[in-house]
Amino acid sequence: MNPSGFRFTRLTPALVVVGLVWIAGGMWLLAQEARSPAQPGGGHMAETSTPRAQPSELRLPMRSAGVAQPRVLTDEFDHHGDPVYAACSTCHATREANFKAGLDLLPTEFHQGLRYSHGELNCLSCHNADNYDTLRRADGRALDYQNVMALCSQCHGPQTRDYNHGSHGGMVGFWDRAKGERERNRCIDCHDVHAPAYPRVNPVFPPRDRGALEQLRREQAHSANPSSHRHD
Amino acid sequence: MIDRQNSSDSESSGVTRRTALKAVGATLGAAAFAKAISPLTEWAAHESIDDFLQKHYRELSPVDMAVVLERIAQDTREDYGAEVEVADHRPQPGVKLGYALNLSICVGCRRCAQACHVENNHDRPSGNSYIRVLEMEKGSLDMAKGNVNYDGPVPKPDKFYMPVQCQQCDHPPCVDVCPVEATWKEDDGIVVVDYNWCIGCRYCEAACPYHARRFNWTKPRIPAAEVNPHQSYLSNRIRPQGVMEKCTYCLHRTRDGRLPACLEACPTGARVFGNLLDPESEIRWVLAHKRVFVLKEELGTKPSFFYFFDE
Ligand code: HEC
Ligand code: HEC
Ligand code: HEC
Ligand code: HEC
Repeated sequence: MNPSGFRFTRLTPALVVVGLVWIAGGMWLLAQEARSPAQPGGGHMAETSTPRAQPSELRLPMRSAGVAQPRVLTDEFDHHGDPVYAACSTCHATREANFKAGLDLLPTEFHQGLRYSHGELNCLSCHNADNYDTLRRADGRALDYQNVMALCSQCHGPQTRDYNHGSHGGMVGFWDRAKGERERNRCIDCHDVHAPAYPRVNPVFPPRDRGALEQLRREQAHSANPSSHRHD
Repeated sequence: MIDRQNSSDSESSGVTRRTALKAVGATLGAAAFAKAISPLTEWAAHESIDDFLQKHYRELSPVDMAVVLERIAQDTREDYGAEVEVADHRPQPGVKLGYALNLSICVGCRRCAQACHVENNHDRPSGNSYIRVLEMEKGSLDMAKGNVNYDGPVPKPDKFYMPVQCQQCDHPPCVDVCPVEATWKEDDGIVVVDYNWCIGCRYCEAACPYHARRFNWTKPRIPAAEVNPHQSYLSNRIRPQGVMEKCTYCLHRTRDGRLPACLEACPTGARVFGNLLDPESEIRWVLAHKRVFVLKEELGTKPSFFYFFDE
């Protein structure tokens, strides 16, 4: 299995359509479920123990380990019947680079259906016109796809600083690094490079304990008279 | 924090669970007493003599403790059909655990609350969790105006989302009101409950300004396959019916140096955890560089849980 398969298939229009239908269906199902009254035991137990896939495009970091080198899905199949992926340079080594391509001039002939909304950037702000198998730094030097964080950090100083201090981007593992390692996400594990705004999502795990709701009501009554909270 | 530790250490105050029960019983009369503690009666029936005669957590010798932990594991095997390992994780010297949460980043997806539910062996049917996520009006920090019953898609443009759990206060009002000293603050800042000592009077629940304490109305129901076997005496072992429980910053993980379950589950990276006593820690960086605030500061509870916004 090619772990990158999922990513690149979104460029295939047919799959995009299937995906949209699936997304819409998922939303509907979730909405239905949210509306149905809590069943004692059974049904809801399953819901909490096996978190279902989100209808949104929320990326669950740590599970989306990207590939070093992106490739695109072609129409071809190899002799095992597996789809063939092509390196970017396969086509672009011989194509004239189009510096105008960007928000106002999205590709139509190929790479259809690319969701694109990243400031005013052109495609070649990040992709390297001299070698499409690499990225491009602001100073024009090539950058390997693995070092994508260095690309983002050029333009997003505050988030990069916060990331370097553990307060952006999350982690898994040990807070006490004398005791063990931890794993960090990359920027693109959470942000789609081409449309980086964090997606809106449907929340999971609706509160169903009556205590929570009662308490909230009590809290509202209390807050009318905040002095009743004092204890010292 | 220090003086709290000392005052609760002095067991010489002579208050034990049994004397407290007796005192209450004497003034109420036996029948009224039974009624007053009705959620407890069922619990009392469940509780074994061994449980009832157990010493307070802080009086248990290492040998006592080993016996108690083994008994709990055995009870869990019998009651739930699950093989578990119950340890007694102690505070690490030189560590005070602190939490910070970035309200500019949190989107209100509630995955933290869900992870807590699973990690801490909460009762499945009631969907209990130590974390409650409030949907708040932008521009207001009044917890009372928060709505827990929101649904998606989130985040909504005019709202922000504030997960609330135990704030591990330095001056915890919940500890002050406990009549039997079944809850106290440990050296690493975690406020804990000895579930075998708690009488379920729920004073602490009422005293907590953050609504962070929960009561076990029923014996928790959890399918064997879902029981988290990595347990600790003061944290996520399956609680008996009729006792209080609360967030312990997942001490069974964090006292081993691991991150809490709610942090690891957060898909947005809104949570920061670490040692407040380590000037090089990331949480100290947040306190020094971000606009940080605590909930209900005016109450003087001195939380070890901080909220912040990106500028
Ligand atoms: C099968 C051939 C093919 C492959 C493989 C391919 N591209 Fe393209 N690409 C095209 C074509 C054709 C266009 C022009 C589309 C249009 O303008 O409508 C294009 C346009 C682009 C553009 C817009 C700028 C320009 O020069 O037109 C970028 C950026 C780009 N491709 C990036 C990539 C990357 C990155 C990869 C590898 C992941 C890749 N391409 C792989 C055929 C290909
Ligand atoms: C902000 C920098 C940036 C801009 C602007 C940008 N890209 Fe990309 N692009 C990347 C990065 C980084 C990757 C690799 C993503 C990965 O590894 O998952 C990528 C991957 C791709 C791919 C491979 C498949 C995929 O979708 O992930 C294609 C095709 C592509 N870009 C085309 C374009 C086109 C066309 C434009 C302009 C409309 C564009 N890019 C603009 C950074 C950018
Ligand atoms: C060449 C500069 C540049 C690079 C490189 C770049 N960005 Fe951006 N990014 C921008 C600009 C400009 C905006 C738009 C800012 C605005 O609208 O205020 C933006 C916006 C964003 C946003 C906010 C989106 C929104 O709609 O709210 C995110 C998130 C983001 N970028 C992430 C990334 C990531 C991740 C990378 C690396 C793959 C990256 N950026 C690389 C310039 C860049
Ligand atoms: C764990 C997921 C995650 C990772 C990893 C991550 N971000 Fe973010 N980022 C977020 C979320 C969530 C937001 C806030 C979304 C919102 O506005 O509601 C955000 C916001 C942003 C914004 C927009 C801020 C604004 O004011 O609108 C930028 C820019 C950004 N991130 C850049 C980066 C860069 C650069 C990296 C890598 C150094 C990175 N992010 C890594 C989750 C992540």
